[in-house]
Amino acid sequence: MASTFGKPNIEHSNPLARTLLEKLDYDQLTNCMRCGFCLPACPTFNETGMEPASPRGRIAMMKAAVDGLMEPDEQFKDQMNLCLGCRACEPACPADVKYGQLIEQTKEALEEHAQHSAPVKIMRKTLFKGVFPKRGSMKLLGGSLAFYQKSGLQKVARGTGIMKLFPKHLAEMEQILPEASSKGVVERMGTFYAAKGKKVGTVAMFRGCIMDVMFADTNVNTVELLSAAGFDVHIPDAQVCCGALYAHSGEMEDARALAKTNIDVFKELGVDYIVSNAGGCGALLIEYDHLLAQDEQYREDGKWFAERVIDISTLLVEKGNPLEFADRSSQTEHVKVTYQDSCHLRNVMKGSSAPRTLMKNVANTEYIEMVESDRCCGSAGTYNVVQPEMAGSILEHKMVHADRTEASYMLTSNPGCLLQMKLGIEKHKPQQPMQAMHIVDFLHERMLCSK
Amino acid sequence: MITELISKQLKAIVGDKYFRTDQEALIAHSYDGTPMLQALPDGVIYPETTEQVSEIMKIASANRIPIVTRGSGSNLCGGTTPLSGGIVMVMHRMNKIIEVDMENLTATVQPGVITQHFSSHIEELGLFYPPDPSSMKISTIGGNIAECSGGLRGLKYGTTKDYVLGLTAVLANGSVIHTGGKLTKDVAGYDLTKLLVGSEGTLAVITEAILKLIPPPKTKKTMIAMYKDIYGAARTVSKIIKQQIIPATLEILDNPTIRVVDDFAKIGLPLDMAAILIIEQDGEPEMVERDIEKIYSICREEQADRLEIAKTREEAEKLLTARRSAFTALARLRPTTILEDATVPRSKIADMVLKTNAIAQKYNVNIATFGHAGDGNLHPTATTDARDKDEVHRVEEAFAEIFEAAIELGGTITGEHGVGVVKAPYLEWKVGEAGIEVMKGIKTAFDPLNLLNPDKMFAKQAKKRVVIQRG
Repeated sequence: MASTFGKPNIEHSNPLARTLLEKLDYDQLTNCMRCGFCLPACPTFNETGMEPASPRGRIAMMKAAVDGLMEPDEQFKDQMNLCLGCRACEPACPADVKYGQLIEQTKEALEEHAQHSAPVKIMRKTLFKGVFPKRGSMKLLGGSLAFYQKSGLQKVARGTGIMKLFPKHLAEMEQILPEASSKGVVERMGTFYAAKGKKVGTVAMFRGCIMDVMFADTNVNTVELLSAAGFDVHIPDAQVCCGALYAHSGEMEDARALAKTNIDVFKELGVDYIVSNAGGCGALLIEYDHLLAQDEQYREDGKWFAERVIDISTLLVEKGNPLEFADRSSQTEHVKVTYQDSCHLRNVMKGSSAPRTLMKNVANTEYIEMVESDRCCGSAGTYNVVQPEMAGSILEHKMVHADRTEASYMLTSNPGCLLQMKLGIEKHKPQQPMQAMHIVDFLHERMLCSK
Repeated sequence: MITELISKQLKAIVGDKYFRTDQEALIAHSYDGTPMLQALPDGVIYPETTEQVSEIMKIASANRIPIVTRGSGSNLCGGTTPLSGGIVMVMHRMNKIIEVDMENLTATVQPGVITQHFSSHIEELGLFYPPDPSSMKISTIGGNIAECSGGLRGLKYGTTKDYVLGLTAVLANGSVIHTGGKLTKDVAGYDLTKLLVGSEGTLAVITEAILKLIPPPKTKKTMIAMYKDIYGAARTVSKIIKQQIIPATLEILDNPTIRVVDDFAKIGLPLDMAAILIIEQDGEPEMVERDIEKIYSICREEQADRLEIAKTREEAEKLLTARRSAFTALARLRPTTILEDATVPRSKIADMVLKTNAIAQKYNVNIATFGHAGDGNLHPTATTDARDKDEVHRVEEAFAEIFEAAIELGGTITGEHGVGVVKAPYLEWKVGEAGIEVMKGIKTAFDPLNLLNPDKMFAKQAKKRVVIQRG
């Protein structure tokens, strides 16, 4: 829907308004016809009941700022930052407005004018420039975390009540952190793992930063599942962070640089698919084409990459050799299992049906659909750290629905959601004992074929 | 103007959080679902009870502040855009289903209840509330009552007005009236209930409604008929009614609509057809079978190219979903979508489709047509770009001629969206000068200071009628 009209010709005196005018896709802003169909899909609208906290409201404010109807003030920034970025509004939008791109462009503009406090600056710099882009630092972080947990320091910290010095929500989160490891999937399995049985294709695995430090077992299980389903699996060691945390925080240039590195690394392998087991990473990987659309050199490669990105569940269901799963616990009744969608897997990668197909295929279990399973759990990248109040209230509602399923297992497809579900179970204690697990681990444990 | 003092008084009524004059609240309540319309209010208020609404109205009256009541702001006639500023009153906090009376088959609800929530709740209880506007996922019952919303089931089951038995409403001066009740018969005075339904927020603020519920139909059957000639489809509609069959749903989609709907909903509609009819009958199983059979043979007679009867409920729901997303799916063609609801007696459907096509051609604009063919309520929808002033002007001219054509055929300028500000200039064409005078008298009786949704319904000047070329 290319337009011949372009952007409004306004000289903004407000510097942020100028940047918003420059960054925002004005055609997308115009395409929103304000029908309001996005409102019921939006978690922050549902929590507050306030129009400004809805996608329609936020788009109206973006447009008003660009049109000079309002000054983009502190309230404007707060409202944009309150957005979870779950993108549930996109499938609900009949006019196909690319809200995800609009909020990203807005955050990029905000970031250019951001005046972070000294501690936030240091944290952003350490994480964004120091830790995530460098494998070594990620491992070191994993190693330190493992040391903290295993050395007894964790016990000491908890025992002395030192965690009470941290904000409550951070202390709560510390409680549910899984055992970290400095040994990632490559350290354990090498960079290639061959298909078992009849080979159906060659894939490369995207291991993810958080996944490989906190859930390295899940990565190993992912590779074994892929192999069992007939795929040769490459795990290139030179791959870097997908860039999602950067893009969602407005650091677009860094995100693009990481994307290019990944494209170079994976292109060389010439695989059929690039597999992700984290919806948050997958959703950015699958949009590398959009991310690099303005880049002459990488535009085509971006498309090549994006076309190959697929979630593990979708790949197993649609392309792999069929696998058999069964629960082997001695219970007489079927084990009840429920699922929390990863927003980005559902709304961006359109991968909501495959995980359900897999879960329904596990013998001796019963799949229970949770009410509002398609609604964000409040984790949303770093959202639960920076917006604890809204995240907490969303999680509380989520756990009411979780409790009603009476499920023993709460499965997810993304590390952020998994941690949030663990936090929810810890905090709200469902009546039935419930365990949060990545779907890959659940399936791997119940796989019936020979290993 | 809202002074410090007024602001303080309003906050004292609803609480600090629920009266807002900050920038973001004003921007986010400056629009509704109507294209090319935006105006900033001076404040936004979120009441929780009838008493609060009454107190708010007293302050508004004393200070001559316009009040625009709003549900989800999804209307298409500019009904909730605050053109004269004032305060937008959002009814979202009044969203309770107060009671479902299984003995009298009524429900008592607050106006902020989302239509879909209400409908599903009623169905879970084994009852049925038929009005189903296409925006029901987000529209509120209060908004439905204010606009007298229709929907797909209008032909057989009627529209919102047929299901409102009683209302609690706050007048401009703050007094509270109760109309009707859990009653099928009630002739005590003028029928104020019916008068308030469809009054578009210009007469009173509705704060509670008693709604009629009916037993659900036992079975449903859905079919589609596809035509290479749109007039064959239109003749089919007239013929079905003439044979005294009243289907629950009788919808038409023309080719441009079929294309965009399929692109949106991905349900494999045939893209080479000029028109599709979606027909549903419900009721006792034998009657449903008999009617669908008869309709099937009528479609045949009118040269339907393909005929399919949905085998499962899922298949049927898919077809109905396709129809429900028609309006918004059209928005994918161009940035701006202008949808009207000119309505004619159902016997004139074929003529109206014909005239709409000719008018679109005359003004060189894109108009796709879909709608509730069975009740004569068509939705000619123009896809354009608000930034193209010349084209938008031609679209407006085309619609003026479409309204004129509808009236010529014994129809009306709006079947279910309301007059609001968009169709105010044409209201006189339909109701005449004397009709306008009576309506203005009613408005004055309810709201002498003209504070409730001013600028709506009555235009400062009626539009000059275009001359229709006959023959």
